[in-house]
Amino acid sequence: MIVELGHFALILALLLAMVQASVPLLGAARRKAGWMTLGQSTAVAQFVLVSLAFAALINAYVTSDFSVANVAENSHSTKPLLYKITGVWGNHEGSMMLWVFILSLFGAAVAWFGDNLPPTLRARVLAVQGMIGTGFLLFILLTSDPFHRLVPAPLDGRGLNPVLQDPGLAFHPPFLYLGYVGFSVAFSFAVAALIEGRVDAAWARWVRPWTLAAWCALTVGIAMGSWWAYYTLGWGGWWFWDPVENASFMPWLVGTALLHSAIVVEKRDALKSWTILLAIVTFSLSLVGTFLVRSGVLTSVHAFAVDPARGTFILLLLLVAIGGSLALYAARAPRLKSGGIFAPISREGALVLNNLLLCTGCATVFLGTLYPLFSDAVGGPKLSVGFPFFNRTFVPLMVPVLIAVAIGPLLAWKRGDLAAALQRLWLALAGTVAAVLIGFYVTGGGPVLAVLGLGLAAWVLLAAAVEWAERIRLLRAPWRESWRRARSLPRAAHGMTLAHMGLAITVAGIAASAWQQERIEVVAPGGTLAIAGYVLHLDGMTKLPGADFTADRASITVTRGGETVTVMHPEKRFFPLQQMATAMTAIHTNLLADLYVALGDSDGKGGWTVRAYWKPLVPWIWIGAVAMAAGGLVSLSDRRWRIGVAARARAPRGARPAE
Amino acid sequence: MTRKRRRLFAVLLGLGMLAVATTLVLLALSSNDSLAFFISPSELKTEKGPDGRRLRLGGLVQQSSVVRSADGKTVRFRVTDGNNAVAVTYTGLLPDLFREGQGVVVEGKLGADGALDADTVLAKHDEKYMPREVVDALKKSGHWQEGAAGGPAQETAR
Repeated sequence: MIVELGHFALILALLLAMVQASVPLLGAARRKAGWMTLGQSTAVAQFVLVSLAFAALINAYVTSDFSVANVAENSHSTKPLLYKITGVWGNHEGSMMLWVFILSLFGAAVAWFGDNLPPTLRARVLAVQGMIGTGFLLFILLTSDPFHRLVPAPLDGRGLNPVLQDPGLAFHPPFLYLGYVGFSVAFSFAVAALIEGRVDAAWARWVRPWTLAAWCALTVGIAMGSWWAYYTLGWGGWWFWDPVENASFMPWLVGTALLHSAIVVEKRDALKSWTILLAIVTFSLSLVGTFLVRSGVLTSVHAFAVDPARGTFILLLLLVAIGGSLALYAARAPRLKSGGIFAPISREGALVLNNLLLCTGCATVFLGTLYPLFSDAVGGPKLSVGFPFFNRTFVPLMVPVLIAVAIGPLLAWKRGDLAAALQRLWLALAGTVAAVLIGFYVTGGGPVLAVLGLGLAAWVLLAAAVEWAERIRLLRAPWRESWRRARSLPRAAHGMTLAHMGLAITVAGIAASAWQQERIEVVAPGGTLAIAGYVLHLDGMTKLPGADFTADRASITVTRGGETVTVMHPEKRFFPLQQMATAMTAIHTNLLADLYVALGDSDGKGGWTVRAYWKPLVPWIWIGAVAMAAGGLVSLSDRRWRIGVAARARAPRGARPAE
Repeated sequence: MTRKRRRLFAVLLGLGMLAVATTLVLLALSSNDSLAFFISPSELKTEKGPDGRRLRLGGLVQQSSVVRSADGKTVRFRVTDGNNAVAVTYTGLLPDLFREGQGVVVEGKLGADGALDADTVLAKHDEKYMPREVVDALKKSGHWQEGAAGGPAQETAR
């Protein structure tokens, strides 16, 4: 009964979404206040209905209602409660429900927090949200109904793929979708602005917090996915340039560009149509990502089972959304009046450079990801594009980004002085040179590119620190003065410093992977394996029963110079229900390096294949990502987004605080 | 700087970026290890000399073909599409889902002895899901079974 109610709620939500997509739009065109405010009530009602449907599905999972096909195929009565719940989005239908749930959440949030928006803009934004909602609700109801009943109901379910039974992966999709779907708000704002035919600083001020929130969630989502791949797959890799990873990375790249170009719109009233285009492209790439993952057109380790009907539907959705918005852009963008003029060497100029490089980088990733499809479509050879392609195209493009990210914040708006900026960065420059020299000395001239990568990281980190210190006049003014300045600095400025430092930390972690060591040995209990100054003693193996698996658990004592460092317990788990084995890696970290041990197969004579890695600075990759997201959150807490937006937008230009 | 000059500057910057990106992409695509060409065991038997390109071989792990070396690190097995089989050597940990009779995709270069020296072995996370390459290879060799109906006979008949 609850399941049917959920289904019914979803159908009602679709009807409401259709109303939301049309009535407020007409209302805005005809200036009918009642029609316009209808968008808010439908958005909230749609959120309530989709929540009900989603709750009904979760309830079916928690109570193990195997008469529901989706539950029977993806859950099992013996599964721990956490994985019963997170298993809801571990499959196609459920993950689309999560998509729509988050979409309706954002729609309702625009309705709630949009009080200071002009009524026509709010109505149009909500109408566009309604259109997206209509498309995806139709998609669920027509091609991926999660409430389909089975007659007769099976006694038990088929269980969740053991690889997915992991806390890291359990929360990876929600964050990823918060990011993907969050960009829908920026998209709706862009389309609404095109319909209005007006983009101003106030518009950018409304769009930026939404973009920032989505970007933070996407950053965390990507980092979680990468962390999950690192510790579960047992290969020690954290990024594979896999199509599905790329699908989440492309919106992130363009979203990062959008975040920065929106600053220019807000502060300088320039780059308007470019920012609108970026907002459209960012969400379009989120849709392309959904298409790539859901349609199974590309072979990927992540892809769910293939269904051509779904692929066709999403492709259609893609064509309507992207084609429609771009057509509208082509028709309306030339009418947007461009504002402030700036010299190439200026903060705007640096942000334009950042935008161009990020978008070019995204384009190469896009090409590499879809190249197999193009080749196949034109009758060329069937092939796959490996990571060397991405390393050779994407990485060189990011080098100038990293150089510029250090200088940009020190340039003035409108017309900057490069020499003066570099002069202020002399300390950072000296520190970078020192870091490179120390790097060469310590690693014995080790891979040149990796040392230079570390140098770049040092450059970005030091420059961000110098810029921040200059702003609060650290060490140049008395402490109290610096403290006062730090407190009065807008939160967005602190956020930027933190995020740029996070970027530097991540880059350092990536560069240092050049020095990783790997050792694979067959070790019998009592035997040892030596790596990077550590000695791993395999003390013994034990068999352990788990919730829905049995595990072979190794006990490995790690010593360094005769002293015990830690005891590690990698496992090999066997899931009888799915007839699958998974490896549980053991990781010992001191935040400067990870010791990573994965257990392979038994050789049948008492020996076990043991794969050990020593990975310097690898935790920094995720620490940096967390710092980037935290920087975004700090920036999001800036009071400027919350109060007096409308009032301040009308204030004279000179009264605006410089930043 | 006038509006016109600014536009010219932006266009030049964009074109420059495009040129850089194109150069990088072409350089990367022309190198031997960026692309892996999908090939089925039967095609590998008939095609002469893949001239050092990376190959991506799809098929099933042949029953009772998996042999581990004495030190246990190197694994030899054969990948088959039903008609032909290719020997593969791999050093490292096999993925958890790797099993005889299961679909697998291996990537590497052809060694002098005609065996594929694999550096990557992919078995899928999902036991219900067969890699596309494997399906294609089996379809080509006529050993693809579409559910219960539509057996191999139909496919070979084409």
